[in-house]
Amino acid sequence: MVEFSLPKNSTIGKGRTFPAAPGAKNVKPFRIYRWSPDDGANPVVDTYELDLDKIGPMVLDALIHIKNNVDTTLTFRRSCREGICGSCAMNIDGENTLACLKPIKDVQNAVSIYPLPHMPVVKDLVPDLNGAYAQLRSIEPWLKSDTAPPPDSERRQSIEEREKLDGMWECILCFCCSTSCPSYWWNGDRYLGPATLLAAYRWIADSRDEHTGDRLDALEDPLKLYACRTIMNCTQTCPKGLNPAKAIARIKELQLERKV
Amino acid sequence: MNASHTPRIDVMRSQLGRARGLGSGKAGVDHWWLERMSAVALVPLSGWFVLQVLRLAGAEQQDVVEWGGKPANASMLLALMVLTFYHMQLGLQVIIDDYVHGKAHLPASLLLKGAALLIGLFAVVAVLKLALAPSTKAGA
Repeated sequence: MVEFSLPKNSTIGKGRTFPAAPGAKNVKPFRIYRWSPDDGANPVVDTYELDLDKIGPMVLDALIHIKNNVDTTLTFRRSCREGICGSCAMNIDGENTLACLKPIKDVQNAVSIYPLPHMPVVKDLVPDLNGAYAQLRSIEPWLKSDTAPPPDSERRQSIEEREKLDGMWECILCFCCSTSCPSYWWNGDRYLGPATLLAAYRWIADSRDEHTGDRLDALEDPLKLYACRTIMNCTQTCPKGLNPAKAIARIKELQLERKV
Repeated sequence: MNASHTPRIDVMRSQLGRARGLGSGKAGVDHWWLERMSAVALVPLSGWFVLQVLRLAGAEQQDVVEWGGKPANASMLLALMVLTFYHMQLGLQVIIDDYVHGKAHLPASLLLKGAALLIGLFAVVAVLKLALAPSTKAGA
């Protein structure tokens, strides 16, 4: 059955507070989820009071400042710091987004930061995404074609065919969408989730791919695809402004189209 | 750190094996499509029913029996009853799929189908009884 409360070992306690330096004028508290697998203790929320005059504009700047200057034990993923790698996906102010693209000034009052919801936590803000990556691999996100490519050139697409991939190739696989989806929370072991379904449609819509039917076959499942209830959290939360819900709707249309 | 903190690992199957699972169930299209189509069909049927009930409000019983005895009205009523309970079953099944997992899923689904079938049959029999009732006018 669905769980309406957190298991005992996941209930969140009150953590430590790291006050800002005396004399700081522009102070904002950051309340950050902390959990370590090493001590067997429950997670806590630590409060870091930061002087905004001393740090950059984005939430990731604040996290890097904390790690460098306040508390070196804080653990999070980051790489490109410009919204391309998808590493710093986390739940900020109640919404999944990329810490590097989220301006601190967009958050009223304290900035609450949690790992992506409903995934196993590795440590602090680092979720275990291995299951989601395996689901992505299960839809075989690569070109499958039985016709050999021309010997002297690449496989060609018309401008119109290429335009069908717009709004999908831009996905950076941060999994903000999948982990914002209640259907993925309740049935994530079988429902593929919006990120993986967007990737699936990216290959279904690709004019160079010759395994469209096989791809639709693999998705024709009450939960893998149809556990999508058009809640639309995915489209709402996507930090790249993409529309996974529309891609899922197109897959459903094609499933119907080939039946009638 | 001591041994008591080491969690017991009871699933060692690879993540890809788990993600592929039992493969595609080759189902779901009809459920999804019929849920939507029955919803669309219920809009005019429900509107018609509400209008008819408003029109019959305060009518004598024999007027209602006469109304229900007309084949057109009886057919519309039957369509309304069948589609209502079919749509109800499709919709509630979605809720069960979402929230009831493991061993409880099959009994919950069967219970829902049985209940929807019985309530639907009850409604159909009631409409038939009305439709096939001897006209009180002729006997009077």
